[in-house]
Amino acid sequence: MKRKVIATALAGLLALSACSSSGGKKADDQATKALGGGGPRIKIAMVTHSAPGDAFWDIVQKGAKSASAKDNVQFLYAADPDGGKQAQLVQTYIDQHVDGIIVTLAKPDALKDVVAKAVAAKIPVVTINSGAEDSAKFGAIAHFGQDESIAGQAAGEQLNKAGVKKAVCLIHEQGNVGLEARCAGAKKTFSGDLQNLFVQGANMPQVKSAVTAKLQADKGIDGILALNAQVALTASDAAKDAGSKAKVATFDMNKDLVTAIKDGRIQFAVDQQPYLQGYEAVDELWLYKNNGDVIGGGQPVLTGPAIVDKSNADTVAPYADRGTR
Amino acid sequence: MSQTIAPPAPADERLAARSAFRKLLGRPEIGALVGAIVLFVFFSLVADAFLRASSFSTVLYSSASMGIMAVSVSLLMIGGEFDLSAGVMVTSSALIASMFSYQLTLNVWAGVAISLVVTLALGFLNGLLYVKTGLPSFIITLGTFFMLAGLNLGFTKLITHNVATPSIEDMDGFSQARAVFARNFTVGGVQVNITVLWWIVFVAIATWLLLRTRSGNWIFAVGGSASSARAVGVPVTRTKIALFMGVSFTAWFYGMHILFNFKSVQSGEGVGNEFFYIICAVVGGCLLTGGYGSAIGAAIGAFIWGMTSNGIVYAEWNPDWFKFFLGAMLLAATVVNLVVRRRAEAGK
Repeated sequence: MKRKVIATALAGLLALSACSSSGGKKADDQATKALGGGGPRIKIAMVTHSAPGDAFWDIVQKGAKSASAKDNVQFLYAADPDGGKQAQLVQTYIDQHVDGIIVTLAKPDALKDVVAKAVAAKIPVVTINSGAEDSAKFGAIAHFGQDESIAGQAAGEQLNKAGVKKAVCLIHEQGNVGLEARCAGAKKTFSGDLQNLFVQGANMPQVKSAVTAKLQADKGIDGILALNAQVALTASDAAKDAGSKAKVATFDMNKDLVTAIKDGRIQFAVDQQPYLQGYEAVDELWLYKNNGDVIGGGQPVLTGPAIVDKSNADTVAPYADRGTR
Repeated sequence: MSQTIAPPAPADERLAARSAFRKLLGRPEIGALVGAIVLFVFFSLVADAFLRASSFSTVLYSSASMGIMAVSVSLLMIGGEFDLSAGVMVTSSALIASMFSYQLTLNVWAGVAISLVVTLALGFLNGLLYVKTGLPSFIITLGTFFMLAGLNLGFTKLITHNVATPSIEDMDGFSQARAVFARNFTVGGVQVNITVLWWIVFVAIATWLLLRTRSGNWIFAVGGSASSARAVGVPVTRTKIALFMGVSFTAWFYGMHILFNFKSVQSGEGVGNEFFYIICAVVGGCLLTGGYGSAIGAAIGAFIWGMTSNGIVYAEWNPDWFKFFLGAMLLAATVVNLVVRRRAEAGK
């Protein structure tokens, strides 16, 4: 699909340059330049709700940075988990007159006004990750993300396939809408019994003891659905310690997790391809600026769920190794 | 003659018994002990799985993971100071050990040793800044807390290009280090993590230090009143710096547990845990103003924490209410603590 988009951009530029110039050679040169990420240098800012040091957002940034390198974009990044502070960061980029803003709408109410301000200042806004339902309403041109509920449903189906009957869904951040939606989605398609369990994500020994405690309290549990790679690996250790045969599955990935899938310690991972969210968002702003394109034609573009299990773990491993999957 | 001796004898016995009882009531950890017993009975009644031996081992592991830090934090609080950087310092220590070993392809023990030196230096720096500036330790360690959190993330990304360190599981020395810091062993068919033993050892050392050595008197003295302590010749500067270094020592130890138990370290972890350590110490009878408290109390505080956080899971309560239950339990334990101590003091 991306190739098609680039081809369209290329064709568009060819057409444009053909109109404005008479020389064939010049048109060819310009087209080549555009393909290689040419065009005037622009400045794009990304503001997310990430906590410092979050592995997931690190991958999003890597995607955005590699698209920026290709598109001749100066990439700026800032993040704050607090909705109000995130809005202030967006405001600072509006003040700087950047050429495009990428923002997450994890707390849509806090960001509504500032997104409107950006639109009023004629700065195109792209939303990623969370906020699919508000994106267009707020005036953003496109949205790239995973529908958490759909991803949860995919996980539920995978758990059925793995033969799990009674599972727990580990929520590692209390009050996070996206995480709740994943568990709720899984509950929808999972044919067995699924309960939520809260674990303290910032404290691995506590994650481990909470999971062990749960497995000890209910010997009938034969499945664990984690929502983060590190939590999944810890849950797998806890299951081993508790002498439980519970199968562990997860959302999101890292290098160690892919190894664990290969070893069979983890059944599967639901990957929302964060790299793609960063990459596509920058590309979209570049395409919009240079060719007026809107990927998805105003509809949210899903970047996941992509299921990684034993069958394709080898293919994904090298990318996870360098931290882009 | 037997007639004259017989009547006073029971009176003496009563007197002796009561004074021992009073003495017990006067201990800082008595309230926490009562709270712990109440909680234990409570969870035994509401959660079927709570009384199993394997469950007890899980609760102990959870308690130990808080308790190791609570030991040194309680000593520091008895000495009248706080350390808000304790939570992230654990992560710093694990990151240092992991990255030195991995990036320079050293035996992991080299990383462990380097980390010990650097982490102790961090504690020394906290102490030095405190004694040199005279600013409250709250402010000093708040500053170092943010600096460490930033350094953890900044260095990890700069060096590994990721926010977590690569796994060091396959490196030389890993299995020995794991045996020391994170091994599980079986006692009567139940798996127990070695941190539980280390925790008991640390509590024993700290209790001996507090109650049987001159340094212990110094800690109480500097926490009670630093100026009067200085007036009677207590080395206040040295004591305070040593207390901060005590915290950094346990931060190193606990950091090594995290590294060797979970193999890789997330650079953003540890934020907020400093409050849990302080809570354990306070529940265990340490006063926020210093000069009063005990290491055993902090251990009981950590045990209360472990029972509460896992008891909620054993009782299979709705996780949405987790933090409420945790807060309510801690508050209840602290109130019991307070009531018992007031009674004891009134009875003196």
